[in-house]
Amino acid sequence: MIKVEGLTKRYARTVAVDNISFEVEKGQIVGFLGPNGAGKTTTMRVLTCFLPPTAGTASVAGFDVLEHPMEVKRRIGYLPETPPLYPEMEVSEYLKFVGQLKGISSADIAKRVDQVVGRCAVGDVRNKLIGKLSKGYRQRVGLAQAIIHNPEVLILDEPTSGLDPKQIIEIRELLKSLAGDHTIILSTHILPEVENSCERVIIINQGKLVAIDSVANLTNRLRGSEAVALEVEAPDGHPDPSEVQQRLEVVSGVSRVVMKDSRNGRLIFEVESLQGRHIRAELARTVVNSGWNLNELRPVGLSLEDIFLQLTATDKGAGGSHAPQEVEGAGK
Amino acid sequence: MKNILLICFKEFKGYFVSPIGYAVMALFGLIFGFGFYTATRDMVQLGFRAQMMGQQQPMSVNEQVIRPLLGFAGTIMLFLIPMITMRLVAEEKRTGTIELLLTSPIRDIEIILGKWLGALLLYMCVLGMSVINIAMLFMWGKPDLKPVLVAYLGLLLQGACLLAIGTFVSTTTRNQIVAGGVTFFVSLLLWLLSWFTAFESTVLSKVINYLSIVTHMENFSKGVVDTKDVVFYLSMIFFSLFLTSRSMESLRWRA
Ligand SMILES: Nc1ncnc2c1ncn2[C@@H]1O[C@H](COP(=O)(O)OP(=O)(O)OP(=O)(O)O)[C@@H](O)[C@H]1O
Ligand SMILES: [Mg+2]
Repeated sequence: MIKVEGLTKRYARTVAVDNISFEVEKGQIVGFLGPNGAGKTTTMRVLTCFLPPTAGTASVAGFDVLEHPMEVKRRIGYLPETPPLYPEMEVSEYLKFVGQLKGISSADIAKRVDQVVGRCAVGDVRNKLIGKLSKGYRQRVGLAQAIIHNPEVLILDEPTSGLDPKQIIEIRELLKSLAGDHTIILSTHILPEVENSCERVIIINQGKLVAIDSVANLTNRLRGSEAVALEVEAPDGHPDPSEVQQRLEVVSGVSRVVMKDSRNGRLIFEVESLQGRHIRAELARTVVNSGWNLNELRPVGLSLEDIFLQLTATDKGAGGSHAPQEVEGAGK
Repeated sequence: MKNILLICFKEFKGYFVSPIGYAVMALFGLIFGFGFYTATRDMVQLGFRAQMMGQQQPMSVNEQVIRPLLGFAGTIMLFLIPMITMRLVAEEKRTGTIELLLTSPIRDIEIILGKWLGALLLYMCVLGMSVINIAMLFMWGKPDLKPVLVAYLGLLLQGACLLAIGTFVSTTTRNQIVAGGVTFFVSLLLWLLSWFTAFESTVLSKVINYLSIVTHMENFSKGVVDTKDVVFYLSMIFFSLFLTSRSMESLRWRA
């Protein structure tokens, strides 16, 4: 349904999207994941014909975004990062306007507006001015606007930002009910979002594709690696945190070291291994050989959060020991 | 066509939910009303004096009242047109709603024409307010109708032309105030061009004079429709809207 090949988008100075390829089958819900500035919005803007690609191709339902933009636009419902709302319009008036813009005939428009108002739960504000709505309601109106013409493809840029937890669940349900005859791409940095509602995940970082897989596979693929929490204490009182961190980082098989806590001269670290490596014995040996006390060493589970951080941090290929810095760099 | 009207009416309605539509109408009503008052008062006094001196020279309402009044209306519009066009695209760029328009199955040119026509519709409403005053003169004196209609045609063309320029300027920025200011400056320049060159006769000054918006108003205000002037206004409109569409396209590339 959606096909992206070698897509590159360059702004004046930055390369926002760098040679990305992926495909999305009809009826799938796909999560588009990445830290801030990863290039999610940019990719979506290319898919919706808002921005032309610098290189590569993108097509929706077999229509190329550059050659047949009209056909592509007809088939897409798009919720941009900031919902495109006219503050001086009433909700129902706005939805009617967008519906007409998307080519709904005037005979059907009232019915369609009623439907999406119900679906996105904006019935109680339908005669209010959009400018007077709360952030969450604006987001819902934005969503209503995206589905008003019942498009084959939905592209949603952070659809749940600004919503309360109950509403997030409702939106998830809504998206699930839309899947099947709609193809959906949604971007987010909140992982549970993807875990719960998406069949597949596309992870990008700094414009590059990092992983593309089903949620289950991703978790499995990384189950081979382990995470360990350990507490280190120096016999003479205060160990130097950066020294401990350095020593731990050079242990073979370690991909990431994060200091979690330090109190009364005791340092707590979380260490992750590369895939399929066992590091506990080696870690213990390193700590003890350095003359420190090892108070605790226990395995902790890897959450999807960790997986995400690991993927977006280590994809640069540089030794795993630099991982934490890169995570910080990518987060800016 | 449906899309053009959709955008046009959205813009037109937009003028009356924000204060701009009312502000423009109120300003025009006040200033033009004042001009009308002075012009008619002068006319009455002149007419009275003429009678006192026993002259039977017929007064020309067309020449002495309507013509300067409609010229005055054109001058007021010079100030009001930037207010009408400044938000057209700049505001959509600022709030991000441009993303909705540009990802909908509607062509750029339809968006542009719709916005320009919406602005033109407001302009016609504002200009229409002066019709009430002019109509009063018809009840009272016996002016010719044709030159009045021709003058209105001229004002319409001149307005449409400045509105097209304003629409173009509005696509180049996301700041309404800047858009308004630049539009005003450009209009003023086109207005003043004829002054700078009025007394010269070099080729350059002829070209500059040709570009001046007012030179082409002269014939209209005399009640003469000259194809040359109509062609000038229409080509200025076409050219500005063409620039607008180029600017919209580059907006995608720069985004
Ligand atoms: N209009 C623009 N001009 C120049 N650079 C831009 C523009 N828009 C985005 N960028 C750059 O492109 C890169 C990708 O931005 P993009 O908005 O696609 O990221 P994102 O994944 O959507 O991030 P976020 O999670 O913060 O929304 C960033 O480095 C950003 O600075
Ligand atoms: Mg984004």
